[in-house]
Amino acid sequence: MTDAPAKPIENDGVIDCDIHPAIRSFEDLKPYLSKHWWDYYSTYGLRSRQGFVKGTPYPKIAPSAMRRDAWPETGLPGSDLKLMQTQHLDAHNIQLGVLNPLNPSGGDLNVDFSAALCSATNDWLLETFTRKEKRLKASIMVAYEDGASAAAEIHRRAPEKDFVQVLLLSRTSEPLGKRRYWPIFEAASQHNLPVAVHVFGYSGHPATNSGHPSFYLEEGAAHPAGIQASIASLIFEGAFERYPNFRLLVIEAGFAWLPAFSWRLDKLWNRMRGEVPHVKRPPSEYIKERIWITTQPMEESPRPHQVVEIMDYIGWDRLMFASDYPHWDFDDPKFGLPPSLGAEQRAMVRYRNAQALYGL
Amino acid sequence: MSFHVVAQVSDIPVGQRKLVEVKGREVVIFNHEGEFFAVLNRCPHQGGRLCDGLLTVAITSNEPGHYEYIPERQVIRCPWHAWEFDIRTGKSWCEPDRVKVRTYKTEVLPGTKLVRGEYTAEIFPVKTENDYILIDA
Repeated sequence: MTDAPAKPIENDGVIDCDIHPAIRSFEDLKPYLSKHWWDYYSTYGLRSRQGFVKGTPYPKIAPSAMRRDAWPETGLPGSDLKLMQTQHLDAHNIQLGVLNPLNPSGGDLNVDFSAALCSATNDWLLETFTRKEKRLKASIMVAYEDGASAAAEIHRRAPEKDFVQVLLLSRTSEPLGKRRYWPIFEAASQHNLPVAVHVFGYSGHPATNSGHPSFYLEEGAAHPAGIQASIASLIFEGAFERYPNFRLLVIEAGFAWLPAFSWRLDKLWNRMRGEVPHVKRPPSEYIKERIWITTQPMEESPRPHQVVEIMDYIGWDRLMFASDYPHWDFDDPKFGLPPSLGAEQRAMVRYRNAQALYGL
Repeated sequence: MSFHVVAQVSDIPVGQRKLVEVKGREVVIFNHEGEFFAVLNRCPHQGGRLCDGLLTVAITSNEPGHYEYIPERQVIRCPWHAWEFDIRTGKSWCEPDRVKVRTYKTEVLPGTKLVRGEYTAEIFPVKTENDYILIDA
């Protein structure tokens, strides 16, 4: 955390913690890849951890999971800075937005190639977006299955102020607290950077612990359970204990499940502390102190006050607005949050917590 | 309520749609198999522009493995969160009694009737040889 005073966000502006930029095609990354890796890509292509060469296991409700009104003249939604500026930043008074690219992700099976792709994506983020638009910040992409190269990329990129966090996708090939991932947490905490975990990515495992569900909506329904397993692993493997400055941001998994999950972990830990003597404090304390969580996709209860009660339990200083632009399940900052929030609560969720977490 | 001339019939071929403005509000008109349906261009959920959505047909099922379309239930699917609204009634597919989009009654009249009759066309000059779409707003 920096002690610098936060810049005021004016006229009820917003910090958006989840915007998805897209490459128009892999040609966009060519200037940032060595000849060897470009030849490799042209010859062999990608090695995703799922079985489909073109596309993903679950076809989406909308083409490429995008808002139907977000397609530029050419290329994918999120690839055209001008459209992003007018349709999103200007239209919704987004005074700062954090870019989280999903494709390519840091999950290619060839970890050296994955590291090269991530590094190229990081260059591309700066050149294409953050240097042209001051309202945009970016995440450091890392080959998260390979701790050593991921840590090296974090050390290399951390001095660049346009990067505000490290990005992982949630479906890692092993539970997130395993030691293979510790170099990522260590490097990020050394540089005061939060580690953001965004749902999706492909682990090579089915989306649920009973195998492959049938429907796209079940894939969405499985994300909270996946994130819960990651949080449990981080707590019980001792990652939070080991790295006191390690802060986690959970993106796009909803949040209403978090209180019940905290209670469950506390109950288990109280009975079985002997199994994990290195875990010094109740799990709910690590969750309260180290985990931030984004609002989108907002849970919508038939009794809206219940959602507000849950937000209150999680803590008004821990929830951060995210839009998910330009994806179909986008939340509009005007209408996405419960209308009954007080001015102070709205300000915290809309920008103040993000300013604190990112030291902006 | 009063009828407003908003388009020529030839402006909206079968299967097409047109965005018009009436009394300061955006309204999207669909031509479905020769019939015109008009809905407010704003999803009641979070405000997505319905004119950018997919017009499709409601689907139902009485048991797993079985499905059928309901051809008379044409629904506009919001480009954002995929809420579906019946273009005839404005009722949403998932919460028909709670969440609705405003619909407008439409009428088609020949220009001859409009020029001589009680209607004023505020958007363009009406010609007797054309047919026009009116909406009640």
